[in-house]
Amino acid sequence: MSERDSEYPESAEPPEATGRDRLRASVFKPSRGQTVVAILLAVLGFAMVLQARETGSDDTYAGLRQDELIQALNGLSAASRRAENDINSLERTRSSLQNNSEKRTAALAQAQKEVTTLGILAGTIPTTGPGIRITITDPGHMLTINSLLDGIEELRDAGAEAMEINDSVRVIAQTSFEDGSGGGIIVDGKLLNSPYSIDAIGDPETLDKALDFTGGFNDEIQSLGGGVKVSDKRLDKVGITVVRTPVAPQYAHTVQ
Amino acid sequence: MIAFLGLVVGVVLGLIFKPDVPLSMEPYLPIAVVAALDAVFGALRAFLDGIFDDKVFVVSFISNVLIAAMIVFMGDKLGVGAQLSTGVVVVLGIRIFSNVAAIRRHIFHA
Repeated sequence: MSERDSEYPESAEPPEATGRDRLRASVFKPSRGQTVVAILLAVLGFAMVLQARETGSDDTYAGLRQDELIQALNGLSAASRRAENDINSLERTRSSLQNNSEKRTAALAQAQKEVTTLGILAGTIPTTGPGIRITITDPGHMLTINSLLDGIEELRDAGAEAMEINDSVRVIAQTSFEDGSGGGIIVDGKLLNSPYSIDAIGDPETLDKALDFTGGFNDEIQSLGGGVKVSDKRLDKVGITVVRTPVAPQYAHTVQ
Repeated sequence: MIAFLGLVVGVVLGLIFKPDVPLSMEPYLPIAVVAALDAVFGALRAFLDGIFDDKVFVVSFISNVLIAAMIVFMGDKLGVGAQLSTGVVVVLGIRIFSNVAAIRRHIFHA
């Protein structure tokens, strides 16, 4: 053990030099023997810091007895069971929400597609695609709506999906045709004059053939003294930019 | 002076490296530290008395630490570890107090 009281009794006669002198001497004139002491003190300081940090760290359960530990463990496992139940129910909620949102997304995509289709049919959105451009010249103002309607019907028959006349009128189901008073044709209230140009989106080959047969549209126009020119026959991109504002039906209702 | 520097270096090293106490050493470290403190204060008192000896200090330091660890180990094996640790701390504490009292008399003459 260390220097004990019994080894160094307090009643020992103080030597000539007092303790203070020795302390001062050791501070200002350190002897080599201090190195060993220094090393041991370094070890002590290291261990003290270690222990202090150890004590400062988590010791919530360090001093508990076995019963208390068992109780704490039970409490913790109950809490973890509850947490697991929570996790399960939340996961169920999440998956059901995911299902809902997937269904909704699918419905939305379907609706979007339908909007596009109906928009093209109703002429509310600009469209583009392969088709033909038909230019009709009518120098004698002999063209009547019957001939024009014939041509449009032929084009519809051939599967034209969208049509436009003179880049200014979109042809849809409700489009009206009327003879203009001084020549020309009134389409949807708009007076159009020769030359007429009809843009039609559809299979260009079929559309072209639909007009060009004996007694067909081309012959009819030529018999009236006009001319029909089909542009290039195959246009990869016919742009139909004119749109119509949809009118909400006033009298027609859906059948429930 | 060198001794004091050694203490400072040890503390700084401990703060810098922040090592974790190995689990096997965990129960012994606190008692060993107290025992080492006892040795250090005993040595300081002996130094002031003019009877300090390096060899005695080294031996007493190491033996103090080893005996403290052994007592804790035996106490754990016998099932009285906590009580024995308390006893060792009390005894070492009393010794530290008496040593410090002697040191105080030397330095302050009071």
